[in-house]
Parts: sequence; C-alpha cells; structure tokens
Amino acid sequence: MTHTFPEEVLEHVFSFLNTQHDRNTVSLVCKSWYEMERWCRKRVFIGNCYAVNPRVLIQRFPEVKSIELKGKPHFADFNLVPEGWGGYVYDWIVEMVRVYPMLEEIKLKRMVVSDECLEMIGKGFKYFRVLSLVSCDGFSTDGLAAIAANCRNLRVLDLRECEVEDLSGYWMSHFPDSFTSLECLNMACLNSEVSFSALERLVARSPNLKILRLNRAVPLEKLSTLLQLAPQLVEFGTGAYSADVSTDVYSSLVAAFSGCKDLKDLSGFWDVVPAYLPAFYSVCSRLTCLNLSYATIKCPDLTKIVSQCHNLQRLLVLDYIEDTGLNSVALTCKDLRELRVFPSDPFVADPNVLLTEEGLVSVSKGCPKLQSVLYFCRQMSNSALISIAQNRPNLTCFRLCILEPRAPDYLTFEPLDVGFGSIVENCKDLKRLSMSGLLTDRVFEYIGTHAKKLDMLSIAFAGDSDLGLHYVLSGCESLRKLEIRDCPFGDKALLANASKLETMRSLWMSSCNVSFGACKLLGQKMPDLNVEVIDERENLYSISESDPVEKLYIYRTVAGERSDMPNFVRTMGKDDMYNLS
Amino acid sequence: MNMEDGLCLTLGLPGRNEPDTESCYKNNNNNNNNKRSQPEYNDDSIESKGSSIAKESDMDTAPAPKSQVVGWPPVRNYRRINFQAKKVETESGIYVKVSMDGAPYLRKIDLKVYKGYPELLKALENMFKLTIGYKGSEYAPTYEDKDGDWMLVGDVPWEMFIVSCKRMRIMKGSEAKGLGCNV
Repeated sequence: MTHTFPEEVLEHVFSFLNTQHDRNTVSLVCKSWYEMERWCRKRVFIGNCYAVNPRVLIQRFPEVKSIELKGKPHFADFNLVPEGWGGYVYDWIVEMVRVYPMLEEIKLKRMVVSDECLEMIGKGFKYFRVLSLVSCDGFSTDGLAAIAANCRNLRVLDLRECEVEDLSGYWMSHFPDSFTSLECLNMACLNSEVSFSALERLVARSPNLKILRLNRAVPLEKLSTLLQLAPQLVEFGTGAYSADVSTDVYSSLVAAFSGCKDLKDLSGFWDVVPAYLPAFYSVCSRLTCLNLSYATIKCPDLTKIVSQCHNLQRLLVLDYIEDTGLNSVALTCKDLRELRVFPSDPFVADPNVLLTEEGLVSVSKGCPKLQSVLYFCRQMSNSALISIAQNRPNLTCFRLCILEPRAPDYLTFEPLDVGFGSIVENCKDLKRLSMSGLLTDRVFEYIGTHAKKLDMLSIAFAGDSDLGLHYVLSGCESLRKLEIRDCPFGDKALLANASKLETMRSLWMSSCNVSFGACKLLGQKMPDLNVEVIDERENLYSISESDPVEKLYIYRTVAGERSDMPNFVRTMGKDDMYNLS
Repeated sequence: MNMEDGLCLTLGLPGRNEPDTESCYKNNNNNNNNKRSQPEYNDDSIESKGSSIAKESDMDTAPAPKSQVVGWPPVRNYRRINFQAKKVETESGIYVKVSMDGAPYLRKIDLKVYKGYPELLKALENMFKLTIGYKGSEYAPTYEDKDGDWMLVGDVPWEMFIVSCKRMRIMKGSEAKGLGCNV
C-alpha cells in the first residue's frame, strides 16, 4: 500500500505540530502515520509517570530529545500524600541514559529525584541543556554540584519550589570557567548562601542569561552588581530585599534597575524594607509579571507599586493588598490575565487584613482580560460570585479558597451553590475549578450540567451524598483530573461511573466514604485502572470490606501495578483474583 | 452519614447558637462520624510553627493557635515556613534569649519595648533579681552580635544594638569582674 506522500514530506508536515495533543491525534489516523509520527516525535509529555513505564516509552518513541514527567498527585502539595508514596524518577533516568544519549531536556514535577539521578543526568547526556524541577524533592546541593560540573552545554537550571537538602552553597562553584551557555538560573528555593564571587563570575560570563532568580540569602547590597553585569535580563528575582538604609546602596540599585531595559518580570522580595521599594519603580511600567507573594509590604506601599504597573499581565500578591489595593489593580492593570492572592495568616480565623470578596469583584469588573484567578479570603457571597461570573465569562481558571471549611454565604447564610453555579454557567471555557465554602449536592448538579470544558476540579468539605459525585462523573465530559477531600461520597457513584475513570488521568479521594470492598471490586472490574488504597493506619491486608479507606488514588495505566509501592499502599483487585479472603 | 451534622461555622445559621470557638479551626474531625477517628494534625506544620507559636503567646495579643486540619487551607509548606518566621519578627518585636550564668532556664525579652540601655538594664535587674553594672556588682551584661562575637552591652548606639543583638548573657563571677558596664 503506497503512501500518498513520501515519508519526508509527512515528517516535514508533522514538524509543525508542536502540541502533544496534535501529535497524538495524527498518530490515530492510520498505522503508517502512527509509525511516521513516532519516529519523529522529539518531545514527550507524560502527565502521570505511572500511566506508562520507561519500556513503553522507549518502544514507541526512539528519538526523544525532551521529556516531561509528573509524579505525585496534586494534593501532595498540601501534605496529603504520605512520604514514600512514590514518584521516583530513578528508573526513568537509568533507562533513558541507556537509550537516549542525545537527550537534551528533562522537566519533572512532583517527583522524587535523588542526587544519584542528578549525577546520572550530568554524566549520561552529553548534550544536556535543560533541567527543570518543579515541586520535586529527594536531592541535595551535592546533586546540583554534579549538574554544574558535568553539563557543559547547560542552558536552563530551573528549580521551582523544590525541597532541597541544603548542604552548602558551594555547588555553584562547580560550573567550570569555560561554561558560558547559561540562559536561565532559578535558585529561589535554596536556602544556603552561595559564594557571591562564584555567582558574580557566572553571571559575568553568561551573555545569554535572560532569567535569574536569586535566593533569599543573596543580600540586597549585592544586587546592583549583578544587575549591572546582566542588563539583558528579562526575568529577575531578588534575594532578601532588606539592608540598613544607605543612600549609596539605594542609588546603585536605582541605576542598576533602570539599566535593565528588557526587564519584564520581577519576583523575590523577601523581608522588604519599604525604603528600598522605589528603587525599582522605573521598571514597573514595563512589567508583565510581578510576584510579591513573599513580600511583607502593605498598602499604601503595595498600592503605590501596582498603580504604576500598567502593562501587568500576572500579579501574585499576599492579602496585604486588601480591597483598596485590588481597586487600584482594577483601575491600572487593564491587561491583567492572572491574579493570585495568598493568605498572610492562613491559620487564624479572624481576619488580619481588609481583604474581602469586594476586591475580587472589583478586579473582575475592571480587568477585561482576566482569565485565571486564585483567591484566598475569609468571606464570600453568592451575589459576589454571580457578579464575578457575569463580569468575566472569559474565565478559564477559577480557584477560590474561603479559609473556613463549609463557610456559607456571609450575607444570607445560604450555601454557595448558586454562586458557583453561576460561574460554571457563564464561564463556558472554564477548564479549572477549585471550590470551597458551604456547598450541597446542588452545586454538583450545576457543574455536571454546565461545565463541559472542565478539565480539573478540586473539591473539599462539600456535598451531601453520592449524588454529588455522580453528577460530576456523569456530566463533565472533558474532566481529566478530579481531587476530592472530606466529602460524603461513597461507593455507589464511583462504581456506577467506573468506565468514566478510564477517560480521566486520575481521581483522588481522601477522607470520603469509599469502602475497601468497593475499591477491590473496582480494581477487579477495571484492569486498565490502578486503584491504589493508601492507608497508614491499618495493615492493608486485614481491613474489612465495609471499612472506609483513608485515601484513594485511581489512575488509568498501560503499565499495570507499579513495583515501587511502600507498605501503606496497595493496588486493589490485581492480586485479589487469587486471594478470596 | 449526613455531613451537615458536623457543620462548624464561624457565623451561626439563624436559630443556631454556635459560638466562634467552635469553628473548624478548632474542631477538625467531628464530622467524620462513621470513620475511625484519628486526630489529623499536620505535624510538620505545627513543628515549623512551633517557634512562632511560642512567640505569639509571648505577645498576649495573638489568637491562640488552632488545631489544624491536615492540608487545609491549601497553602504550600514553603509559603508558610518562609513567611511565618519573618512575619513574627517584623510585627511583634525583637525577641532575644537572655541567659544568666547559674540560672536553670533562659528568659526572653523584646528589645523593641525599651527606649534605651537604662530601661533595658532595669528590666534585666527586675527579671533576674540582681544588680548589674559597677558598684560592686558581680554581673556584666553581654550580647552576641551578628558576627558571632560576644560584646559588652552599651558600647554602640542603642538602635544599632537592637538590630545586631542576637542573644544576651549575663556573665557572673571572675569573668565579669572588671568588665563593669558601659551604660
């Protein structure tokens, strides 16, 4: 059977397909396209590292240059996944070193990466260019030293929100003097002080350095030195933004910041001394992204800053911004796409700041391009949610956290069903939703009915019965990730929608009402799902059928039961064929 | 299995009499009626908050720490730790430990509360029931500065002292004799 096009032409056409989604689609057209595509796919994204295994990857894609893997479930971010659950990248690295010697990029999220892994990467991939570790743990600065010492062509070292064992800052001195290719260095999550002269020399010999995010230990007094060595920076993160007040330090800082004509993105700002804030005012009007979520600055200092950021697209800030600051954002930041407001004092019930639902309503009204919201607050009302929904039907991501679980509408004391219902009804392109507050099964009915593009849903302390879960699983056609905690959802909805689970990446349920027996049944019925019961309290082989499981993680997989489970995790239904007790 | 039984709200529903103290910040598992109840305290977070909790109770103004539901609110660890440590320092004063030779336990004082050296020494004298300084005193007030060196209290301007003082030690006996006090 001859092809319509010669292979080279098809390959050339495929090279214009950049998204995983498009490439997956063309592979389904016919066998020859599948073959053609798999030989020329260079970038692979694996959203759940246990959905496949290294052998499956290598068998299908022989020419991979860039790999992205995600490990632990999202709720691991909030300590809900016990240590030792899994997400080890080790086996992947071993296999890839063997089969992909030309690998250039590794991007990992929520995976356990050991120093040995980093050493293998450093020594195993001659052309290695990009290492991006987001929310990873398991390694120390020794591992970073191995990367620095061995990766001669490194472009990107991006450590975001990782838990790194900080043995010393000496790792940076391992970059050889001949190393000049650095484009991005993000070390913001590290604690220990690196040798400043090593850092200085590294920056000085990296003409392509566009992104530099320092850690807290780099003192403010040294900032201007670095900025003057790298005026081409596009993204910059300061260290601690405090020093004894000195006019010399201040004026050097002013000069250094104004020298950076391409600077678009600022972050850092730990321990702010307000006197030094005006030093970066000259940059504000060019900023498209500003992350002040570690900065203990309050209004009016905060308002003064945002009111100069006319081109801001992303703003991350603490609730010190208060409603007044957000009003300022609404007036000034007409290009705002994303807003994240974090709580300054999350464990205190009484409000410590004047931030309410008003601030968010104000921004939703004033910022026509607002698409993505993450908002922590202490009170919410249905009327506010309805306003937000009507103001911003273009929202694609809406994550609201009312600090008190099951808090009702503070004006009417009703559940917030109608408010969230309005969000899903108006925001037709909503892809991600996190809810909080008092919610009954009704809100899930709205979600099942309207949220047809919803990809990820996070639920906590909500609902009345299995009906709630059933509405979501049966109604949300695009749902791929569902995470639930402390809701009265049980066996019925889960078993009735078992086949839905095969269309999703994963389902997490903790502190719900799913019985051990139902998990077993589900595991037996659905061979392409791993139904993992996670329970640290009991011996997993002696729990009775009717007992509720502590935590449940269900995901589709072609790799079968994983082999690296700790004793508090058990994959249900795989071994039970032979064990009838 | 009605989850509503365990509702805990800071604002009571009409007709209900739920005081603030019964908010979910204190009660975290009374809703799990039909489950094995285990206290789900977030050990990590409590430990990391340990020092800041101690500081807050010193203040007498901060609300009592609430028992926490694991993973709620959904704020990542590094946001809590990095931020909490610094916040307490900027809002509640400069707390330094004070040890006295021979005393079985240490004390803590807030340097921000005092306007100058005389007030500080007065407070120390009251706290430890002794006299400091010359006039035949056996005690000398010393402090550890940012460089890790032990200095005699009183040499530098007060403002510089309070930002560079990491902890204090009231030295006694032969080591102290002759040091006097520079206040």
